[in-house]
Amino acid sequence: MKTEFIRTDLLIIGGGTAGCWAAITAAQTGRRILICEKAHIKRSGCLAAGVNALNAYITKGKTPQDYADYCKQDAAGIARDDLLLSLAERFNSVTARLEELGLVILKDADGNYVSRGWRNIKINGENIKPLLAEAVSRYDNITVRNHVNITDLAVSGNRVQGAYGIGIRDDTFYCIEAPAVLIATGGAAGLYRPNNPGFSRHKMWYPPFNTGAGYAMGIRHGAEMTTMEMRFIALRCKDTIAPTGTLAQGVGARQINAAGEVYEQKYGLTTSERVYGTVRENLEGRGPCYLRTEGISPEQDDALIKAYLNMAPSQTLRWIEQGKLPSQQNVEIEGTEPYIVGGHTASGFWVDASRATTIGGLYAAGDVAGGAPQKYVTGALAEGEIAAESISRYLDTAPAAALDPDDLDAHRQEIERYLAPAEPENPDTAETLEAAMQQVMDTCAGGIGTHYQYSAAQLAKADAEIRLLEQRTERLHAADFYALMQIYELRERLTVCRCVIAHLNARKETRWHCFAERTDFPLRDDRDFRCFVNSRLEGGEFRIILRDLRARGGECNEHPD
Amino acid sequence: MSIRIDAAACIGCGRCTEICPGSLILRGADGKARLRDVRDCWGCTSCLKECPVHAIRFYLGADIGGRGSELHTEQQGNILHWIIDLPDGTRRDIPVNQKESNRY
Repeated sequence: MKTEFIRTDLLIIGGGTAGCWAAITAAQTGRRILICEKAHIKRSGCLAAGVNALNAYITKGKTPQDYADYCKQDAAGIARDDLLLSLAERFNSVTARLEELGLVILKDADGNYVSRGWRNIKINGENIKPLLAEAVSRYDNITVRNHVNITDLAVSGNRVQGAYGIGIRDDTFYCIEAPAVLIATGGAAGLYRPNNPGFSRHKMWYPPFNTGAGYAMGIRHGAEMTTMEMRFIALRCKDTIAPTGTLAQGVGARQINAAGEVYEQKYGLTTSERVYGTVRENLEGRGPCYLRTEGISPEQDDALIKAYLNMAPSQTLRWIEQGKLPSQQNVEIEGTEPYIVGGHTASGFWVDASRATTIGGLYAAGDVAGGAPQKYVTGALAEGEIAAESISRYLDTAPAAALDPDDLDAHRQEIERYLAPAEPENPDTAETLEAAMQQVMDTCAGGIGTHYQYSAAQLAKADAEIRLLEQRTERLHAADFYALMQIYELRERLTVCRCVIAHLNARKETRWHCFAERTDFPLRDDRDFRCFVNSRLEGGEFRIILRDLRARGGECNEHPD
Repeated sequence: MSIRIDAAACIGCGRCTEICPGSLILRGADGKARLRDVRDCWGCTSCLKECPVHAIRFYLGADIGGRGSELHTEQQGNILHWIIDLPDGTRRDIPVNQKESNRY
């Protein structure tokens, strides 16, 4: 195994949407920036296939506060007004910059963007990731190391010193010294048993390669995390797990049950209620459920076929090969397995307005940063920009970083242990333990199998099982560096699972159907739980911290202790 | 859902190996592209767009309703052609102008 040492001013972990934008923002200061990306930045992260709308934009007559208020309402109050506002204030400027970089945005005859609803605009986003990667490549002071998977942070005295990683294609142990680190690794998929656990196990909404690595690294080093219990469950086209918003907002398709009745209003129209209604209709014998597309025009069919190719080509392939276009057959819908993703719900690192985490020198942006649900693509860009500006100021006075030689050795030895010859009697592999983890989460922590519901007794069982699986990872063996990455990915997911379970258990109410739905506390409790549920891992156990919500437009509750 | 790599057509350029967001494509001893595990593909189609000789085809697994059709892409200027070959031998070519926005 080779070892490579790198020194940089700013390490960005993850070259996705937030990471790329942070890099091009921070590059203006002339400092050395290193992006470590586990795949290749041209097509990595959740936008690999593209995106077919910008879902967060301040349209004419609306204000950033309108957007923040909408997000808080959708999240039943559990969101940070200060974070949401700071993102919403930048939605339009980052969009203008994206257009300069080459993103195609639909305009009317007067040159104004055409909106889809009051907060979305229409684009051709198939190539959004190549455009971002190209923008990054224009700066000489940004170095991109593709196929380098960061596995842990280096932290001394609650201050980040850099990170450790593995080169998947060069069999190298990477030791990176950096006084500032931005975590932009995205959220977590693959914690729960997926919709189609067989051949199509990776046909997920969120990328199966996003393991929650950033959450896990922060949790292990005692960072404060927030709202990990607010899981995201997407309402999707059945089987292809393709988005439904394009049908609902694009052609006005309503949610109907098998009898053709529109059931949306019965359950409410928040993001979680739309999933909940579909679950209830099925449970009460009125499924399957559909988006009503029958009767739309041939022109609408044609536009939908193309729109889906720009983000979820499976759905177009399905329409064509089954010989039924949306005008001829309603589109069946279902909920996905739960994900942890801070760009949609409020899960993630507890950050202050500058996007600093509770670990010195460590910042977070995008899906890994908590408190600001529905930030989407433009919010991730805005957050990368805010974090990069804060880091640039921080670096003016930041102490020099130094990796601790003992810590470095321990990380090297861990890799060598995994790469050592396999124990002949050990039947476990990363794959079998991952399947076990998904099964536990599905049945005991509110997966598809229990209609997203759970109780304290089930969570206790889930926690015990996940701890056992964590122990079993110590004996795993990796035949090569790809297999080594799979072991680290499994460990990351198990760490996130434990944190999610602790949070689910701490919120003793049901504030959001499906996202966090308890059979033992089925009602909302505004007296005790109109607050953030935060946590820190201390001595191997999660300490729960309840933090107050602050008033609209008020100062934020950052890091009071 | 997965991809099929046509070994006869593959020229071993390594571009799909470089681009796959899951690092799922290897180069075998013959230098040609090989998928590690058919079950691990996310279906993002990045490799199809990257392949200079259209050797990679994308299909839906039978467990999610797939009927055996294969999809690949061909770029001509600003037009990205999405080409679907159906099991009965017919072909559908859906051209998408990348300079035009989605209508929805």
